[in-house]
Amino acid sequence: MTDTFHDRSPADLVAEDHVAGRLYTDPGIFEQEIAMIFERTWVWVAHESELPAAGSFKSTHVGRQPVIVTRDRRGALHTLLNRCRHRGASVCEKPQGLANGFTCPYHAWSYGLDGTLRGIPYPDGYEGVVDKGDLSLRKLRTESYGGMVFATFDDDVEPLEDFLGDARLWIDRFMKQGGGYPIKVLGRHRFKFRGNWKIQLENTTDGYHFPIVHRSWMASVDPETADMMSFMTDPAAVTHALGNGHSVMQMVPEHSDLDADDGTEPLQSRFDPLVRELSRTLDPTRVRRLIRAMHGTGFNLNLFPNVSMSAAFFRVLRPISVDETWIEHIAIGVDGPPGVEAVNRERLRIHEHFQGPFGFGTPDDAEGWDRVQRGARGAPEMPILINRGLARETTGPDGRPTSHVTDETGMRAAYAKWKEMMSDA
Amino acid sequence: MPERTDAPAPIPMTDPRVTRAVELVWREAELLDRKDYVTWNELFTDDGLYVIPVDPTGDDFADTLNMVYDDARMRRMRVTRMTEGYAIAAVDAARTVRTVSRFVPQSASDEEVVLRSAQILIAYKRGNHDIWAGEVLHRIRLSPEGPGGDRITRKVVRLVDSEEAVPAAGFLL
Repeated sequence: MTDTFHDRSPADLVAEDHVAGRLYTDPGIFEQEIAMIFERTWVWVAHESELPAAGSFKSTHVGRQPVIVTRDRRGALHTLLNRCRHRGASVCEKPQGLANGFTCPYHAWSYGLDGTLRGIPYPDGYEGVVDKGDLSLRKLRTESYGGMVFATFDDDVEPLEDFLGDARLWIDRFMKQGGGYPIKVLGRHRFKFRGNWKIQLENTTDGYHFPIVHRSWMASVDPETADMMSFMTDPAAVTHALGNGHSVMQMVPEHSDLDADDGTEPLQSRFDPLVRELSRTLDPTRVRRLIRAMHGTGFNLNLFPNVSMSAAFFRVLRPISVDETWIEHIAIGVDGPPGVEAVNRERLRIHEHFQGPFGFGTPDDAEGWDRVQRGARGAPEMPILINRGLARETTGPDGRPTSHVTDETGMRAAYAKWKEMMSDA
Repeated sequence: MPERTDAPAPIPMTDPRVTRAVELVWREAELLDRKDYVTWNELFTDDGLYVIPVDPTGDDFADTLNMVYDDARMRRMRVTRMTEGYAIAAVDAARTVRTVSRFVPQSASDEEVVLRSAQILIAYKRGNHDIWAGEVLHRIRLSPEGPGGDRITRKVVRLVDSEEAVPAAGFLL
């Protein structure tokens, strides 16, 4: 057999310092990714604040498959395949809400919040044919850490906490932006782009593009915010691999752990009116914690394969086809007393300024990604480079690489995991 | 919808105050298709609001996430973004053609007209035609000086798919 490029298996298209352009354009590879990655590993489905009460539910997807995430009467979380066991109709078409259960509109088979089949109309036709106990909605394994809820089709995969591993520390740190209160989802932008999902997976660990693609946003913000995001030449701004394809990109290292505050950092003057408003009901220490966290944490935590905990929001990707991806930018805020509503109002404005289909940042990202997908159709065997910073990477005590925040260490980590999963028989 | 759709006495489209408002809406639509954002922004009052909400049913814009929630300051920055040449999405923006029709005058006085309408926009870029359909609300302040002084105090665009994934846009609705 000749070793031509097109005969190579997907795993052989990924090297330490490059990947083949075919990874973005080959429909066959996409089908394998759905089966070998999205239907095998832990996929983020919800934040617990989206399911606040018994009966809360949320519709979403694991890979391409529609699921419903629910909270039952006892408070347990479930992820259920959104497909009636009778003839396959979806049993829920609402994005979120409160329900006692789900009734299929076609023949009114009804299911409980945990997926149990509760009722079949005119059941005499099924006597001696089916056992209701065998016809629950298909249930995915569901586990959560730090409020982040994940589901998997693979009943044998490692526990979620093992999969997250060293990323757990950074999830804990991310949640500190509540300033001592829990965080909650405030709203979401949804947008789509005509490109492969991995282009966006790479982007949240791509510090290198920031001042170029986001020059328009940088030009529109106050000088203190622009200065905060000027990490291109800051040697303390680093990206570190965390294992299992996860990585953390610390753009604003002094905000990596928001509890570490020696009191010397001045609060941004743009928030002076907010400080005055909060000070009416909150003590100065609490106000300072909330204001220092207005832009979220100082890092993007990239969790393979579908969610990034990115500064002050969650970025969730959903693969649609080899050349289409849908993305959610989920705004988060503080779940505190009425006095902190002003914090959330300001966080919504900050989110709107950059994110979403009409933000000052997202459309420029999407334009860059669209261009990658179009360009990568040329010479599919030609390498896509992920080698920036290879010669200056250092290895930490955990045996994993660290390099400058503009380097492609996080992409290399994600592609190493991709290669491992795509190599499994 | 927050607006009443069962107003007891319909306001005729031939009401000259309504005609003035419709002419302003059409002029605005043409400016946006031509991407003449500087002139477009001059159609708003200083306290004017331009909103594209995510939730199509509410009007509590300040306490919810929007796609666009622009006061004069944000609108000015947005015009700069769309015109200064740094934003790659705006530099290579889709060409758009929009029609605004199915007008329903909601109220009309000598000072102000509130007008609902339907807007259908086609955006063409790199071989793809995207459809953007939405309900639009315009609140228009009529000038005692005549139609040339009429200004928008509020524009809200409620897309039919505002809660679903839409393309990231390099133009304005």
